[in-house]
Amino acid sequence: MAEPTTGPLGAHPAQGIRIEGLRKRYGRGDTAVDALRGVDMAVAPGEVVGLVGPSGSGKSTLLKCLGAVIEPSGGRMTLGEASIYDEGWRIPDLRALRRDKIGFVFQAPYLIPFLDVTDNVALLPMLAGRPNGESRERARELLAALDVEHRARAMPSQLSGGEQQRVAIARALVNRPPVILADEPTAPLDSERALAVMRILNRMARQYQTAVIVVTHDEKIIPTFERIYHIRDGRTHEEAGEGRGLE
Amino acid sequence: MISLAGRDILHGWGKFVFTGIGLGLLIGVTLSMAGIYRGMVDDAEVLLDNSGADLWAVQKDTLGPYAEPSNLADDLYRSLQTLPGVARAANVTYLTMQVRPLADAASVGDAAARERRAMVVGVVPGGFGEPGQPESLVAGRHLTRGHYEAVADISTGFRLGEQLRIRRHAYRVVGLTRRTVSSGGDPMIFIPLKDAQEAQFLKDNDAIVAQRRRSAANPAFNRPGQPQVLDAVLASQTQSNSVNAILVRLTPNADPNRVAADIRRWKHLSVYTRAEMNEILQAKLIATSARQIFMFLVILSVVSAAIVAFIIYTLTLGKIREIAVLKLIGTRNRTIAGMILQQAIGLGLIGFVVGKTVATLWAPVFPKYVLLLPGDAARGFLIVVIICVLASLVAIRAALRVDPAEAIGG
Repeated sequence: MAEPTTGPLGAHPAQGIRIEGLRKRYGRGDTAVDALRGVDMAVAPGEVVGLVGPSGSGKSTLLKCLGAVIEPSGGRMTLGEASIYDEGWRIPDLRALRRDKIGFVFQAPYLIPFLDVTDNVALLPMLAGRPNGESRERARELLAALDVEHRARAMPSQLSGGEQQRVAIARALVNRPPVILADEPTAPLDSERALAVMRILNRMARQYQTAVIVVTHDEKIIPTFERIYHIRDGRTHEEAGEGRGLE
Repeated sequence: MISLAGRDILHGWGKFVFTGIGLGLLIGVTLSMAGIYRGMVDDAEVLLDNSGADLWAVQKDTLGPYAEPSNLADDLYRSLQTLPGVARAANVTYLTMQVRPLADAASVGDAAARERRAMVVGVVPGGFGEPGQPESLVAGRHLTRGHYEAVADISTGFRLGEQLRIRRHAYRVVGLTRRTVSSGGDPMIFIPLKDAQEAQFLKDNDAIVAQRRRSAANPAFNRPGQPQVLDAVLASQTQSNSVNAILVRLTPNADPNRVAADIRRWKHLSVYTRAEMNEILQAKLIATSARQIFMFLVILSVVSAAIVAFIIYTLTLGKIREIAVLKLIGTRNRTIAGMILQQAIGLGLIGFVVGKTVATLWAPVFPKYVLLLPGDAARGFLIVVIICVLASLVAIRAALRVDPAEAIGG
């Protein structure tokens, strides 16, 4: 394991996602809980970083703040060149922000069970107002890139776990978001499939120049990260990862 | 944009179809209840149409002959015929009773099985166009003789040439007619007026003997040296000169209200025009049944709404995680609400199609006339849609309260 490092912001370009001094407090007064106490983080385009920590350390809270699902209590977040949070939201339409700028990959794929694979992926561009044909074409390209094109007409229930997760990754990428938030994406998979998913995430991150944050405590994939953010008691510190296993 | 509701319905079509069929049966019952009410109204209209009258003259201060008992002397019609504006006046009697075909020893059981409740109508024989006569026949001929002939509604099941027993006499069916029913939906059997008067008022032999004995024991009737008084009293007790109503047909251009006023003033009878008789039938005779049916309609509507609400709510709760994901990836609330609303309306559509179909199929099997009007079906469809929209609100509220953060673990 490499030595932990501090001062993460200076080492990375201003593109991707940057977080400075992010705080989140639940409740008020004596019952208030500080889930995040000043998180600093930066992920460059094309980079996949790990976010690890024990239960209750603030991983999910950080992910929800990054995903614009809950509002932080303070700090700053910058996505690309745009400030999205600076002691308050700077973006009026958070729904559009999530739809167009952030991709989500969950522990379980959570594909829409009544849509086939193509439409599961094409749904996002359709929601953004793109024509159905163009959306499906874009979905098919991604499915091909993720080697699940042959299951394009299948329903989610007909896919294996690994295939479902690849479709979920395609869905996260389809709107070409600058950042993808992956919440325990390999938890239900065995080692081989977990590593396969990580290889795909890395390949896609490089191909589409997307910053990927993977929340995990899956020992199988932790060695694959070149950089890891450890979160404990609401604070992060960065360390270099091993970056192996993706060959 | 693809239809999320449509895809969800197609994906779980079995669930939707079977739920829709269940709902449809309920809607079918609701439509049938409305059809029964319409049938009752139509029966009342048909009753008035078939009487062929413009005015009904009945016993003073009664709502007869359909809503209350009414007795009139059977010679009153002559004086009505002399009034200005009156074209024809004819006596009529109505008696609802059990009628069965005449049976020989071998077919007693069959005759009992074919016994029908019917309204026996006594009319003056005369044929088509006479007040009280059936307007049209589907087989046979009108009453032409003064006794022991009958024209029966085809729904009684009696056949041409068959003999019926009414009280003590047998009547041969000489004609069949259609859609002649009482306000209660009982089919009509037309017999000559004199026979009907006898059937209505004649007692059985034992009762006549007992009455004669009572009269003979009465010193007021059986006076010493005046035996003719008792004979006259006994004779009056064994014949009837009463009818239930006089059906009056007016001359062209005669004012019904004016003729009715003349009859009330000069003949001391109650008289009703077509509109007034219609009001009596609908507002008084079938009003209670109509309220009963209306209550059933309300209850069935509430039950339907509860079922739709429960089903849609349950289906929505089963998709909470998917809804959270949809919200997280940027789906608008109105898209999610629209999906649930469309599903509810889709369920209602399936239910309505099934309901309309089964109501149409089982309507002829009902013992009472079920009249399914297109207008009622259209109103029913609108109500189903409104119920579905209202029923989906609970599920929509639940869906909109789903936090997109639920899609993210922790």
